[in-house]
Amino acid sequence: MLESKIPAGNLESKWTDYKGHCKLVNPANKRKLEVIVVGTGLAGASAAATLGELGYKVKAFCFQDSPRRAHSIAAQGGINAAKNYQNDGDSVFRLFYDTVKGGDYRAREANVHRLAEVSANIIDQCVAQGVPFAREYGGLLSNRSFGGTQVQRTFYAAGQTGQQLLIGAYQALERQVALGNVKMYNRHEMLEVVTIDGKAVGIIARDLISGKLQRHFGNAVLLCTGGYGNVFYLSTNAMGSNVTAAWKAHKAGALFANPCFTQIHPTCIPVSGDHQSKLTLMSESLRNDGRIWVPKNQGDNRKPNEIPESERDYYLERRYPAFGNLVPRDVASRAAKERCDAGFGVGTSKQAVYLDYASAIERYGKIEITKHGREVEDASSAEIITLGKQVVKEKYGNLFDMYEKITGENPYEVPMRIYPAVHYTMGGLWVDYELMTSVKGMYCLGEANFSDHGANRLGASALMQGLADGYFVIPYTIGNYLADEIYSKPISTDHEAFVNAEKEVGDRIRTLMNIKGNTSVETFHKRLGKIMWDKCGMARNEKGLQEAIVEIQQLRKEFWNDVRIPGDIDEFNPELDKAGRVADFLELGELMCKDALLRKESCGGHFREESQTEEGEALRNDAEFMYVAAWEFEGESNWKLHKEALEYEVIKPTQRNYK
Amino acid sequence: MEHYNMNLNLKVWRQKNSKTRGEFKMYRVENISSEMSFLEMFDVLNERLIAEGDEPIAFDHDCREGICGMCSMYINGKPHGPWQGNTTCQLHMRAFKDGDTIVVEPWRSNAFPVIKDLVVDRTAFDRIIQAGGYISVNTGNAVDGNALPINKDKADASFAAAMCIGCGACVAACKNSSAMLFLSAKVSHLALLPQGEPERNSRVLSMVAQMDKEGFGSCTNTGACEATCPKEISISYIAKLNQEYLCASLTAE
Repeated sequence: MLESKIPAGNLESKWTDYKGHCKLVNPANKRKLEVIVVGTGLAGASAAATLGELGYKVKAFCFQDSPRRAHSIAAQGGINAAKNYQNDGDSVFRLFYDTVKGGDYRAREANVHRLAEVSANIIDQCVAQGVPFAREYGGLLSNRSFGGTQVQRTFYAAGQTGQQLLIGAYQALERQVALGNVKMYNRHEMLEVVTIDGKAVGIIARDLISGKLQRHFGNAVLLCTGGYGNVFYLSTNAMGSNVTAAWKAHKAGALFANPCFTQIHPTCIPVSGDHQSKLTLMSESLRNDGRIWVPKNQGDNRKPNEIPESERDYYLERRYPAFGNLVPRDVASRAAKERCDAGFGVGTSKQAVYLDYASAIERYGKIEITKHGREVEDASSAEIITLGKQVVKEKYGNLFDMYEKITGENPYEVPMRIYPAVHYTMGGLWVDYELMTSVKGMYCLGEANFSDHGANRLGASALMQGLADGYFVIPYTIGNYLADEIYSKPISTDHEAFVNAEKEVGDRIRTLMNIKGNTSVETFHKRLGKIMWDKCGMARNEKGLQEAIVEIQQLRKEFWNDVRIPGDIDEFNPELDKAGRVADFLELGELMCKDALLRKESCGGHFREESQTEEGEALRNDAEFMYVAAWEFEGESNWKLHKEALEYEVIKPTQRNYK
Repeated sequence: MEHYNMNLNLKVWRQKNSKTRGEFKMYRVENISSEMSFLEMFDVLNERLIAEGDEPIAFDHDCREGICGMCSMYINGKPHGPWQGNTTCQLHMRAFKDGDTIVVEPWRSNAFPVIKDLVVDRTAFDRIIQAGGYISVNTGNAVDGNALPINKDKADASFAAAMCIGCGACVAACKNSSAMLFLSAKVSHLALLPQGEPERNSRVLSMVAQMDKEGFGSCTNTGACEATCPKEISISYIAKLNQEYLCASLTAE
């Protein structure tokens, strides 16, 4: 069942060979083939635009009011590419190696190598589109470093890289809309995939303004619908981010791979109270210059600036001298949790650590003084700090402003308080090398698939993967499938498969509306989030996971008996939209716990307390778990496990070491 | 920062759909923490409305970190509320004090019809982008990213324009409902870069024509757009737009 279709041959030549031999569709036939793209983030917008350029008839769907709002827009720090513009020893191989290692050896070599290969093309493409990347005074592109690497390969646009890349892809998409190659459906949500004989032939979508259901035919369906971090309720995802499209695909036969692989981002603004609706990330790029610390004494209630240097514990620098504050996200998150659990946390909740810019401000200030030919000794400390703050403002100004708006504290004066939060999901729909799910004709791109990041994603690699999939992978691989589709006649949306799918969707919505219970959707979502965070969050153990499964099953039952959805079906009704999404999260949550329970090892973002080294580092078990866990849906609370063995031909997996 | 709780009176625009008339309704909310965001205060109110069997207030929101451009409330007569350079989702309740009355309305513009309550239709902005807000380069055509050095000041100015989040606050703030700040940001973003040069003239002419067609008003340089823009896009880009438009008109075939 799990045929990964990885091409034969050397790792370095697999993608080139594939492109040289895959089937092509001639331009006249492309015009006759329809492709449905669900989601318009980096993966979806880039795919829809590129397929439109190639001449396919594309229909693109997003639930937001414009494709430009997709949550890729919130990515701050940057995008990796193996350009080696800095002459610091970067290469395709190194990006490939760092990504596989960063993912704790749970990703496919062939996919990751392809990702590293096309990374450089992405930067070129985005520059050509007018993406205003940061530049040096010579006019050339600027780079910075990110966690888990020792080279500077991250391209960025201040702290708004995701926004700029998405606007680039969005503009390319709108150009295709203007040319008539893409038809855009804003404020529409995919609620079912339509299959005939195991082949995807279309979707059922709901117009979120009128509430009407629609049938759409497609020779292929691309799901580019992002991650499922909102299963935790509190996450850095947008409020609307959801698993629904991927989950419908899963229930229609697509396997769901490694659902328990969740990334907890180390630097987020801590929770301030029960009212909290989402968490805000502070870019990983801040760890370039910021230093993370807690007081050396437990329960030290002094203000941070009153704690002398000698009484601060820069625990990342202490534990990981080689990578220091730039260890990968999973390592940094667990280290923060360890300090807080041990009673060294700061702030009112004691669930926070400091991210301090004082020494960076001083360092940059001194550099600025010497730039003007002066000696540092001749400058007052006030002048040094003023100049240093200016440099920090230029690099990170928007992030500092955001922090101040949320917390009311000035991070130029007082260290930021940060704590880990759910940020990204490495798991997702299982796809083969061509990005096709286990349902024929249905593809999955970007964060929604499982393929490239293993058990932990490195910073600045999500943007890279989304755009790689959309701009440079799917345009080739989809042709290999559609070349044979030219012999299939378009299927009328009056076909019984469409009629039945629409009826099922309608029935489900009516069932939800008719429950007329007493508890709001939000309440259920919060309760699910708490179960997930407490028992399937940063640290997991057998007992907790077993309890979580039972609790989620009970909660789901309660939901279907007691949820209250106001308003009507045939109108703009955000509560109804949300109810459908939470209903799916209530099923996914169970599968995540099941997957976490099965994987009795620690790897990347998945930390099983039973499997750690004496120093508290994650301990993998390659002998038993060197595989992708791909789950087949067989009915409520019932999944069948398929294993795809991971074979490392080039890289030799070792215990990850950032010391 | 001291935290405090407050009781507030909210006067909120309610409108069932685009075809019915709307009206203000009063709501009282209690024990609101100064640490909440403005939208979290609405979450609290909506939870109560649901519990009481009322319909919650519909409002657009998504990222809640000030970048997606989805949120769009007109708060006490100002788009996105009282804070400078800020979106509604990043507005926090410490901007208000106990006993305040807060008036909340949707964006008001003929080009942005109300869908429900505080939710408006901003697809006019998408159509303006479709009219030319891009660089025509198909995937795969690009040369090496460093083959084209770009003056840093120009690149920075281009970026400052490209920061626009397309929220529509500029239109909402303008007494004429002009979309000139939005349009000028996109025209400037692309005109300042060498990549944007080949389509420079056709782009501005076509985008301005589309803007007029959508029913946005004219610019009379009052500067309300700049004052309210959450990304603090400078009104000088409107001057740039006028310059671009004039040059393009004079040189047009």
